Amino acid sequence: MAKKQESTSVESTKIDARIPEGPLAEKWSNYKAHQKLVNPSNKRRLDVIVVGTGLAGASAAASMAEMGFNVLNFCIQDSPRRAHSIAAQGGINAAKNYQNDGDSVYRLFYDTIKGGDYRARESNVYRLAEVSNGIIDQCVAQGVPFAREYGGLLDNRSFGGAQVSRTFYAKGQTGQQLLLGAYSALSRQIGKGAVKLYSRYEMLDVVVIDGRARGIIARNLISGKIERFFAHAVVVGSGGYGNTFFLSTNAMNSNGSALVQMYKKGAYFANPAYAQIHPTCIPVHGDKQSKLTLMSESLRNDGRIWVPKKKEDAEAIRAGKKKATDLAEGDRDYYLERRYPAFGNLVPRDVASRAAKERCDAGFGVGNTGLAVYLDFSDAINRLGENVVRSRYGNLFQMYEKIVDENPYHTPMMIYPAMHYTMGGIWVDYELQTSIKGLFCIGEANFSDHGANRLGASALMQGLADGYFVLPYTIQNYLADQIQVPRLSTELPEFEEAEKAVNDKIKKLMSIQGKRTVDSIHRELGLIMWDFVGMGRNKEGLETALEKIKVVRKEFWSNVYIPGKEVDLNNELEKALRVADFIEIGELMARDALMREESCGGHFREEYQTPEGEALRNDEDFAFASCWKFAGEGNDPELLKEELVYEFVHRQQRNYKS
Amino acid sequence: MEKSINVTLKIWRQASAKIKGKFEIYKMDNVSTDSSFLEMIDELNEQLVNEHKEPIAFDHDCREGICGMCSMYINGQPHGPDGEITTCQLHMRNFKDGETITVEPWRSAAFPVIRDLMVDRSAYDKIIQAGGFISVNTGGVPDGNAIAISKVAADEAMDAASCIGCGACAAACKNGSAMLFVAAKVSQLALLPQGKVEASHRAKMMVAKMDELGFGNCTNTGACEAECPKNVSISHIARLNREYLCAKFKD
Repeated sequence: MAKKQESTSVESTKIDARIPEGPLAEKWSNYKAHQKLVNPSNKRRLDVIVVGTGLAGASAAASMAEMGFNVLNFCIQDSPRRAHSIAAQGGINAAKNYQNDGDSVYRLFYDTIKGGDYRARESNVYRLAEVSNGIIDQCVAQGVPFAREYGGLLDNRSFGGAQVSRTFYAKGQTGQQLLLGAYSALSRQIGKGAVKLYSRYEMLDVVVIDGRARGIIARNLISGKIERFFAHAVVVGSGGYGNTFFLSTNAMNSNGSALVQMYKKGAYFANPAYAQIHPTCIPVHGDKQSKLTLMSESLRNDGRIWVPKKKEDAEAIRAGKKKATDLAEGDRDYYLERRYPAFGNLVPRDVASRAAKERCDAGFGVGNTGLAVYLDFSDAINRLGENVVRSRYGNLFQMYEKIVDENPYHTPMMIYPAMHYTMGGIWVDYELQTSIKGLFCIGEANFSDHGANRLGASALMQGLADGYFVLPYTIQNYLADQIQVPRLSTELPEFEEAEKAVNDKIKKLMSIQGKRTVDSIHRELGLIMWDFVGMGRNKEGLETALEKIKVVRKEFWSNVYIPGKEVDLNNELEKALRVADFIEIGELMARDALMREESCGGHFREEYQTPEGEALRNDEDFAFASCWKFAGEGNDPELLKEELVYEFVHRQQRNYKS
Repeated sequence: MEKSINVTLKIWRQASAKIKGKFEIYKMDNVSTDSSFLEMIDELNEQLVNEHKEPIAFDHDCREGICGMCSMYINGQPHGPDGEITTCQLHMRNFKDGETITVEPWRSAAFPVIRDLMVDRSAYDKIIQAGGFISVNTGGVPDGNAIAISKVAADEAMDAASCIGCGACAAACKNGSAMLFVAAKVSQLALLPQGKVEASHRAKMMVAKMDELGFGNCTNTGACEAECPKNVSISHIARLNREYLCAKFKD
């Protein structure tokens, strides 16, 4: 493991994001004009591993294969089409200004920086806004059936945190259609033999040789065999770590293990505390629940959020004595419209979630638990008619009705915030390269573009920007120096050691033979996260969380029970490996949240708020991305800081009121 | 309103494709009617693990009806008795107290069983790899608004594109045909000007791959449409046939 140390200790105190020189609007063009390229005959001799087949992974794998690289693509599900990007509903942003409402690349950049509460890197966000338009063109060319107007041109809708309509959509299934577009491009390359697909495989470690990522260790989920794979570069697009909370809108297989593997090999884990609690999810129904369901933010275009104005009405509703429709207009508190007149129901997600929590904590919540608010479409139905509402949101209304057994055309939906997306992730520089050479991280898995809060319809934009238009360029700047490197043997000692470490971990887990199921421990961790590291955080609570997570870790490693065999299909073992890492991430999240003595975006420290209860940043002391560096098992990680220098935008208190 | 019911589950257990399977009986008491079918299976698995028994292997992921991974045959119907949903969206309120529920994997020659309720649907991926795409590389494409597409065509393409690739159509078909799956993709891309260029070639390649992989022929029984969780219409099969005939005439 001595080599691992070498790779990380070089720049241990200074973090260099390697941002190109020049004015903001010219950085990306300058970079592309001067970067190194790889010629076609050399591309064929270079192997690239891409872990993940979501929007970022599939688009990167397809684009690099089209260019001529030899790509190995790993997929945890049975097919690349199942990646959780598929569940994104509302839309994708782009600065096309098709609606002639004043949009521009700069405005999309500015809204994203502001939405992220001035905690993202200016240069990356500007590039994101710059390539956004190309994404729409690319997807249309692939046959993505975006919604159109009667004249045949593309339609747009609005999303939170913006005053323009820049969101492109395909019914309430935009993520599905974009993913199927990337999947079809990927499938074309698989058919040609340019991409080798490994489905039902899970990455279990990254292999680092002489300070460079040279492959991965992966488990075949059907046979249970551990296998080794070499590549000249490794790209991880494995998604976010929201399932640390057990209950979230993430898919059941979504996990943060690839991030923990990279972190333990020396890549920095940046801003782990920045997690997005989404305001519009279907409320929790009982203690047997496995998963929470999101209701798209696009619903806030036409739905109005309210709770009863009077506590006695809220109490009567909770007791089942009154219904939402019994309350007269004057007895309803449209609290977002009241507090944020300029943005109303379309405030950013962090603001909307906190406002819902505030009302429910104050005793105005509805539903039998009191942990719900109404999302009401009666105004829109009266104004537009039921058919128009159905054509816009039909599939979402149907989904709601199947789960809750109530008809949202007749009675308001009930919603409550839930864990949804993680802005934090593995630290990457301008080239999307981690602090380990040759190891790249894309999509939700990296920390790059959303700062402390992500705006709606920007996750799809970032995933595809990274995969189609950024990584396929920047990775060449690295690979251009690797053309002399032959395909290395997977018998090298570094592969040997990495596989042994994985096998030892699995053997240790299987040998515990305790009394608790994996899920029961994961659920316990999730409750700690929700209670102490959720929407409202404070010093005392975070310290409690750190103590409690220690207890959970001890319980897990001494009392978990995993049935079955290790070299076999074993779902409980898969889950156990992931939960072991969720425990590590949970601790990092709490640690990061405790360190950050300010409120910004999705990170709300109750001690730091304005008199009106808004997030209060501290730019003096905390205008940095926190980068946590692994310091060995049992040791506290080291905190490194990437200073966020704002050259072009003036930081201010976020204002959605006027 | 939430209440709880007791049910008896008759579940197909099979260690691998080569080992003979059989039904096992499990009793589940006090199941909340607000639970989804998969949450009920989670609960059963939790019990089995606590009894140191092998949990039931089943495919699932997004749990909101869009990834297409869940794939159970429940009481003789793919995705169970409720309409327009996947198994993960099926709720226990659709079952009666005391009911016996039979759960099997997809039964189709082209989808071999991996274990218990898990099957191998990679055949669907192979069909897409054979031609279910528009041949464009990243970059160098025209502006998204360069070609106007009528709202009617875009909407119809969207309906076809709603397919989640779950395999219910082939599992429901007495011939084990994948025609609805293939037709949905062929139709989506044939309806759009950018996909029109390759439309007949695409149909030919995808149908040839479907035949090669052991899927049966279509005899228009309509079971696929009735069981499709996304309501994909068999009218797309007519469009596939048209494109396929065009391709044959050109040959």
